[in-house]
Amino acid sequence: MPFHSMAQWVALAEQSDRPLYQVALEMERTDSGIEPEALLARLAERWEVMEASMTRGLTEEVRSESGLVGAGARRLHEARVAGHTLTQVMADAIARALAVSEVNAAFGRIVAAPTAGSAGVVPGVFAAVAAARNLSRHTVVRGLVTAGHIGAIAARRASLAGSAAGCQAENGVASAMAAGAVVEMLGARPRVSDHAAAIALKNLLGLVCDPVAGRVEVPCVKRNAGAAANALAAAEMALAGIESVIPLDEVIDAMAWIGIHMPVELRETSEGGLAATPTGRRIAERLKVEVDP
Amino acid sequence: MGLLDIIGPVMVGPSSSHTAGAARIGMVGRRLLGEEVVEAHVLLHGSFAATGVGHGTDRAIAAGLMGMTPDDGRLPDALELARAAGVRVTFERGDLGRVHPNSARIALRGETSRVEFEAASVGGGQILLQSVDGLEVGIAFGFPTLLTEHDDTVGRIAQVADVLARFEVNVAFMRVAREGRGQRAIMIVECDDPVAEEALAQIRRQPGFRRVCYFPPAD
Ligand code: SF4
Repeated sequence: MPFHSMAQWVALAEQSDRPLYQVALEMERTDSGIEPEALLARLAERWEVMEASMTRGLTEEVRSESGLVGAGARRLHEARVAGHTLTQVMADAIARALAVSEVNAAFGRIVAAPTAGSAGVVPGVFAAVAAARNLSRHTVVRGLVTAGHIGAIAARRASLAGSAAGCQAENGVASAMAAGAVVEMLGARPRVSDHAAAIALKNLLGLVCDPVAGRVEVPCVKRNAGAAANALAAAEMALAGIESVIPLDEVIDAMAWIGIHMPVELRETSEGGLAATPTGRRIAERLKVEVDP
Repeated sequence: MGLLDIIGPVMVGPSSSHTAGAARIGMVGRRLLGEEVVEAHVLLHGSFAATGVGHGTDRAIAAGLMGMTPDDGRLPDALELARAAGVRVTFERGDLGRVHPNSARIALRGETSRVEFEAASVGGGQILLQSVDGLEVGIAFGFPTLLTEHDDTVGRIAQVADVLARFEVNVAFMRVAREGRGQRAIMIVECDDPVAEEALAQIRRQPGFRRVCYFPPAD
């Protein structure tokens, strides 16, 4: 059976003194009959697509058709390389998260993780930390196993759709996936992943889904950057031994409850929040297009 | 949702539901028709109609109709490619009633046949085929799935079951629906194992089958 709770998964891992990803790979083998090597190979292919989307966003002048977003990743990347940013790892993670999201908004090729709207967070955080700490490609691909199963627990206990539970379910969960996985990639014990993911998701609880003109551009692209930075903040805290008072499972349940109580205007209908601001409405009016007859 | 659904799908942006799901809907239509699409008329409902163009839903459906998968780099240019290939794809916005907000009704014409179906994109790139030629089917594509349209006469179900058994395909779930006794009927067989092309050919050769379509498991 796939894990229903983080608590159960962490307990299994700590009892047998194995990392989370390894327990997950074993579970996949018994549950669906997929050999660990085969699954890791599939994930390695996906990491390559993630890398390609980051490289494209960082080096090319990628713009969405509406012109609302684009080329932010490249600008920030150049600033960082020139030594003009406040931070190094965080600026790198933010630039990479922007890169994937900008490629996504421009009809480019990406890997949804867990959704297309939040596709920049996990690769952005992984790549920046891997570069800073010289982590191998193996470690990164194993990290995708841990991140994926954190997302799967959220999908099982709540939802991953902005239309069902708001952006907390997309960028919030992506941030939790990145934080929970990256601490394990750095060698932390399983329970640290629980704390890191819980802290990351707690900080984004209540986040609404309010895309301007119904496009995955504003605020989606910059929210990926925010969720990446938030994942690093949560990872820093958890690595230093700071614990989340509320465990991840309960944070996810709280997210589900908040999602149910979120008004429909704030769940991917573009009728509230930023989409309903004067500027948001003006943009929607300008971009209104008739379907191609 | 499995690990590869969370870290995936690999797709052309910007939306798993409005772009990747829409491309899958187009692909399902192509498989239902069973030949190259010559003409398609697409009715977009709800959120597909409201925000579909910004999300490329129209191009994604056209891409799927031409056989492109959600990660095909040509997807953004699918409307131009269709035009260049002489495939006529038209769109309209409409109201399909109380259905999922991301729904479409699509009528397809090929050289020799036609089909009309309704499908919805239900999140994360997952889709649901609601109806085919007016008959409810409710296929979620979680399994390798076989769909036949046939005459409602004695022995049709046994013929399909027999061929699948000979090819060592285990049946997980099976449903039938029909217009009325002795009229047009539909059979949906969800399998545990992939179905070989030769098995499909054998079913097609049996009398009374008007349409035999196969949907391999979604990646
Ligand atoms: S605001 Fe809505 S559409 Fe945009 S990323 Fe968040 S959940 Fe997705």
